[in-house]
Amino acid sequence: MNDLALYVRYLGISLRGQMQYRVSFVLQTFGHFLVTAIEFISIWVLFDRFDRLHDWSLAEVAVFYGFINVSFALADAFGRGFDMFGNMVKSGDFDRVLLRPRSTVVQLAGQELTLRRVGRLIQGAAVLAWGCHALELTLTTERVALAVLVVGGNFALFSGLVVVQATMAFWTVETLELMNSFTYGGVHAAQYPISIYGKWLRRFFTFIVPLAATSYFPIVAFLNRPDPLGSPAWMAWVTPLAGFAFLAGSLCLWRVGVRHYTSTGS
Amino acid sequence: MRPLIAIISARFRLLLQYRAAALAGLCTQVVFGLIIMMVYQAFYRSAPDTQHPLSIGQVITYVWLGQALLAMLPWNGDPEIRALVRSGGVAYELLRPVDLYIYWYARAIALRTAPTLLRAVPMVIMAMTMFGMKPPSDVGSAVGFAIVLVGTLAMSCAITVLVGITMMWTISGEGIIYLLPSVVTLLSGMLVPIPLFPAWAQPILEILPFRALVDAPYRVYLGDIPLEQLGWILLHQWVWIVVLIVLGRHLLKRGLTRLVVQGG
Repeated sequence: MNDLALYVRYLGISLRGQMQYRVSFVLQTFGHFLVTAIEFISIWVLFDRFDRLHDWSLAEVAVFYGFINVSFALADAFGRGFDMFGNMVKSGDFDRVLLRPRSTVVQLAGQELTLRRVGRLIQGAAVLAWGCHALELTLTTERVALAVLVVGGNFALFSGLVVVQATMAFWTVETLELMNSFTYGGVHAAQYPISIYGKWLRRFFTFIVPLAATSYFPIVAFLNRPDPLGSPAWMAWVTPLAGFAFLAGSLCLWRVGVRHYTSTGS
Repeated sequence: MRPLIAIISARFRLLLQYRAAALAGLCTQVVFGLIIMMVYQAFYRSAPDTQHPLSIGQVITYVWLGQALLAMLPWNGDPEIRALVRSGGVAYELLRPVDLYIYWYARAIALRTAPTLLRAVPMVIMAMTMFGMKPPSDVGSAVGFAIVLVGTLAMSCAITVLVGITMMWTISGEGIIYLLPSVVTLLSGMLVPIPLFPAWAQPILEILPFRALVDAPYRVYLGDIPLEQLGWILLHQWVWIVVLIVLGRHLLKRGLTRLVVQGG
């Protein structure tokens, strides 16, 4: 069995497992939907008071918000195995993973596909759809291509962040909550166009965690409006690749970590 | 009284052990605080001429106050009580020679104060030196803030225990626990200060209990709620605290009569 088939099989098992608790699944999904919906209410409240955010309207911010939440929900659902990795190192269970003649990445990624994240996904998609509708954006091939690029790039970036966070556990044993400021902080920051922030925060989200590259530039092109930061139009097609580069880099780091692993025993 | 003080101090010392977690949490909160602050600054810059209920300087202080006191919000139930109900260990709790509600309430006091103390002091020092947080507007507001904050703690603990008690019905405790942080942060004014809400929503938010957790103490600190109104604020706060405690005790009594001890 090759890695892909194995991965698909792992996911199948995880899905069937979760479907054993159907009521719990429905409630959790609904809960997730409500939680993210409340987040959007707070953005709406601010727009109701201030009307505009610089030269951005609520509908435009909704597009940013929708894209980020859709991609984060996907990354969160698929990356759950890495998210729980700290416990695995602590208990020494990672030894078992190493004993199997398969890639560690496939085994961890296949641990769980968290279905209840569908709640955030639906909410994000609904806000995105509303934003597009309010702005009267037509569905062109270019837009669809950009949308795929945005979701793909952000998915790769967030997955990369989860892998980096898991990799830290090789050295610290405990999963560092510190990384949450990058993931959740990033999600929170990128819900708004990055041009509204101060220079250093913008730099941070461009060069260290390249959220500006994976979301801001292509979404500005998606909205088909001039960039207040003055970036040229072609950039939108190139910068999302930074997300994939980030994921590739984090997988390299993961390899180094695996080599460094010492079991906790017990 | 003595056993209660013992419970609080033991739990308190236990929770103070998690210093690394507190440090990591502190960093995360600084990042969040900065992002939230910049979002407000951007909004205020978009409409510089209009008169807003709170000035940007006040909002910045409000944001950092919120980050400093975040751990005091009832954003979860006591995780150990949840585990006890699940595993059946709650049976041991019933054997203790103290009133169960008061015992759980004492645990909640420790849960809400220890992490707050660890985080609030460094957070306030950082925010005041680097990020533009201001001290209370005058001595009166500082004293008023301290008085309201006592009620905030009392209410936060009452909600924490209430949520723990609902666990007896749901066992897994997913439902309420899951929605709690969002509901509390939105309705208390943590996400957006209540004066910035649309006019129609404000009377509703001011009647609900949650404003006593964030809106009331923070705005007294800012001097935005004048001290003459302090009486009303405290009345609203303590009436709700009594209601929540009575409700909690009642539910606990009912819960115990139908409690099934899980496991063997």
